[in-house]
Amino acid sequence: MMIKKADEIKGREITEKSTYLNRRQFIAAGAVLGAGLLLPGVFVGEVAGPKIPGVRPSPFGTKEERTPYKDVTGYNNYYEFGTDKEDPAANAGRFRIRPWTVRIDGAVKKSREYDIDQLIKMSPLEERVYRMRCVEGWSMVIPWVGFPLQSLIKAVEPSSQAKYVEFTTLLNPDQMPGQRRRVLDWPYVEGLRLDEAMHPLTLLAVGLYGEVLPNQNGAPLRLVVPWKYGFKGIKGIVRIRFVEHQPVTAWIKAAPNEYGFYSNVNPDVDHPRWSQRKERRIGEFFKRETLMFNGYADQVGHLYAGMDLRKYF
Amino acid sequence: MESSTYRLKAAFFMACLIPLAWLAIQKGFGGLGANPIEKMIRFLGDWSLYLLLGTLALTPMHRLFHLSWPTKIRRMIGLFSFFYVCLHVTGYLAIDQFFDWHEIRRDIIKRPFITVGFVCFLLLIPLAVTSTNKMQRRMRRRWKQLHYFVYPIAIGAVIHFWWMVKKDITRPAFYAMVLALLLGLRIYWALTRIKVGVTETAVHEKAVRRG
Repeated sequence: MMIKKADEIKGREITEKSTYLNRRQFIAAGAVLGAGLLLPGVFVGEVAGPKIPGVRPSPFGTKEERTPYKDVTGYNNYYEFGTDKEDPAANAGRFRIRPWTVRIDGAVKKSREYDIDQLIKMSPLEERVYRMRCVEGWSMVIPWVGFPLQSLIKAVEPSSQAKYVEFTTLLNPDQMPGQRRRVLDWPYVEGLRLDEAMHPLTLLAVGLYGEVLPNQNGAPLRLVVPWKYGFKGIKGIVRIRFVEHQPVTAWIKAAPNEYGFYSNVNPDVDHPRWSQRKERRIGEFFKRETLMFNGYADQVGHLYAGMDLRKYF
Repeated sequence: MESSTYRLKAAFFMACLIPLAWLAIQKGFGGLGANPIEKMIRFLGDWSLYLLLGTLALTPMHRLFHLSWPTKIRRMIGLFSFFYVCLHVTGYLAIDQFFDWHEIRRDIIKRPFITVGFVCFLLLIPLAVTSTNKMQRRMRRRWKQLHYFVYPIAIGAVIHFWWMVKKDITRPAFYAMVLALLLGLRIYWALTRIKVGVTETAVHEKAVRRG
């Protein structure tokens, strides 16, 4: 399959990490001087994780300006740690991500339990700079580190009954305080059609900004499907199951009229309660137009040829 | 105005400006996080609702605890609620949508939570405009009838919040309960007053018959 390659990022367009870290330190120092201890927790998520060695840059990336590390790791949805977007950074710090196993089962030849480190070593890691569009109307540009889900699927050899892939997040209310309230029907479940899962853009991420994935962003293993709304990118994955029928995802259970199985970014199909035509890129003042399939239409449009996207939203 | 009343009003006036000052300070220090526009608009909306519910709590406070001061600041708190509503709406029109009238019109027509919120905003305007002593005198009975609109507006405000929330309805549910309590008290009082009225009439009729 031909996958169009995004333009190369010019070296001069990339801000050195040390530079913006210094800028942040400078601003942080000023803020501390000014605000004193009035704002506890503001700098949570600033601590950089360990660097991941041997990450190759990937051609499937965007050259758009990256959302600062602080915002990527300090503002996101991960209801297992609370429903406010600052909650994950505040509550996921002590979440234990080792030991961790991922069970791969269902309609698959090599059904077994994998240790996370073993799983990560199965494929070479790449850096992929993807747009991320949240269903709530905001967006980011995130340099993920991960490997294509495709390579894992090929390795475990799904059988002919495998039509969909179902992902499940860890269920552990002791460690995930958000699970103590039934905001959603825990554990979180997401799913993809097998061809979507096999698409080269579909990524299993283990890091961002060249570093080990922070807990609040879905460590140790999360899904990234850049042409779908962010909630499809399930975090803290413990199970990948190959199934014949379309999985019932956590959000479909919660509000079937608002969240569909596909949840492709689509400016023409509104959320029942708000428009999806525009989005606010975090860090920008003006809203920008939301693009069909989040700007990945050339790469993924063929997957949905002939489908009524209003019906299969 | 008596000096104690003046001091009371001045204190509440300053207190009502604290959220705005806090917002300005947070904005200055970048404390509004990654999505400051959303945070700001929601913060202003929160305070519109708090002050609206606060206004509705003053009369029950007066009646239940026999305090006189709550009624003295009722108009001011109500007007401050309107003030925060205006900032909230301006934030939506000018900062969130940046005067994209086409999109704003679509939003108001198509999004039930924005429809409700916008209607509440429009209904608040005549209440604010007629809040002066002069208008109150001039309108007489009509004034009271007009200002009963604050009840449907408060219900609409909670609905506006409830419908906006994606999933976790804890907060709107809490404010719905507070509002139910405040309105429930009024309904209870209204019903008991009617009953009192009925007995008084009955007594009167008896007296007439006896006479």
